[in-house]
Amino acid sequence: MHRQLWLASVVALSAVTPAVSETAPAAVAYEEGAVAQSLSGQPGDPESGAKIMTTNALGNCVACHQIAAMPDVPFQGDIAPPLDGVADRYDEAHLRGIVANAKMTFDGTFMPAFYKTTGFVRPGNAYTGKAPEGELAPILTAQQIEDVVAYLLTLKE
Amino acid sequence: MMHRKFTSRLAATALGIALSGAAFAEPVEDTLTIETDDGEITLVTQAPAPAHLEGALKTIYSGWHFREDDTRGMQKDDFDNPGMVFVDRGMDSWNAAQGANGESCAGCHQGPESMAGLRAVMPRVDAKTGSLMIMEDYINGCVTERMGLEAWGVTSNKMKDMLALISMQSRGEVVNVAVDGPAAPFYEKGKEIYYTRYGQLEMSCANCHEDNYGNFIRADHLSQGQVSGFPVYRLKDAGLVSAQQRFVGCVRDTRAETFKAGSDEFKALELYVASRGNGLSVEGVGVRH
Repeated sequence: MHRQLWLASVVALSAVTPAVSETAPAAVAYEEGAVAQSLSGQPGDPESGAKIMTTNALGNCVACHQIAAMPDVPFQGDIAPPLDGVADRYDEAHLRGIVANAKMTFDGTFMPAFYKTTGFVRPGNAYTGKAPEGELAPILTAQQIEDVVAYLLTLKE
Repeated sequence: MMHRKFTSRLAATALGIALSGAAFAEPVEDTLTIETDDGEITLVTQAPAPAHLEGALKTIYSGWHFREDDTRGMQKDDFDNPGMVFVDRGMDSWNAAQGANGESCAGCHQGPESMAGLRAVMPRVDAKTGSLMIMEDYINGCVTERMGLEAWGVTSNKMKDMLALISMQSRGEVVNVAVDGPAAPFYEKGKEIYYTRYGQLEMSCANCHEDNYGNFIRADHLSQGQVSGFPVYRLKDAGLVSAQQRFVGCVRDTRAETFKAGSDEFKALELYVASRGNGLSVEGVGVRH
């Protein structure tokens, strides 16, 4: 009983406090656009990554990219290159860097930076149109970035 | 501007993807001939880009060309255009003795046809005051100064009904917004806003409406963001949407803190965006989705 309570409080605590091994957006080290270390310090979950990539309020990657491996997802956009075989073109570190901040790899790209919290012009509070309250959160969390990278690594041709 | 285009092309090349085929999907080939009470009228919905857009666009297209068959069809007959209900409401408002002392629009201006041509040159710098005016400013000038009322909300239904009525008086006239002389500083300010990448998504108007018109963001077929059809009846909102309102929506969708409808920033942006449509017909009230 005591042991369970103790466990529960550890779980609750870890939900609000980032793990020690998590890298904050400002502390991410890009090497020619690539990021070698997991941002969360944990491996990613490709299943969760697929969900994030197809959910409007999260990554919504399919708004711009087509993914043939997701035939059930309607209305995939064509603004950006298809992601089929992307894991053959980039290694894990480059994929992580591109998802976190693609502008470090492609100067001036249309692609938003999903793990960045500063350097914006008139950033808002998500999609409310209003000024943010307090510090800006990145669009995706460190673990969500890892999950997306894990899914992208499955896209081999 | 050229730099921006160059780098985005470069990025695409670096990704090993040729910008061809789907990347330059064409606007729909169609002609907007409208059945009206007074017979047929054919609008210019496609034209060579005005000189000030050299290097940016070659051809300008009304947003009508980017909508689906059903939506385009609704605008081909005033009987099917849901926006006409709001024009009628605007007409009632025009004739109503609604001023503090019973003044009406008609009392000073006679019929709304006295407004013919105005929509085609708006926004413009008022010759007397030197202020940049959008149509809403002229309407509120009358409402407050001549009718002694509180200003109407910039995006209120009352305001949009009146925008629709006045816009209809210029249907078929070619947009000809001044970009030089006293308009020049507002044009430059609007242009700067157009190319600024706002919000946490870091998107400018140009990212979607200049670099990617014809392409899809999810289910949205991106247009050139022309405002020649505004105010439009928007199926998604089941009501009229003004250009000022649409600007708020677009900037909000970049995860930005928007400017307000009727703000100096969005007024300048409207002048700039409207001038990108110089050569297209005023559509009166367009239908979009």
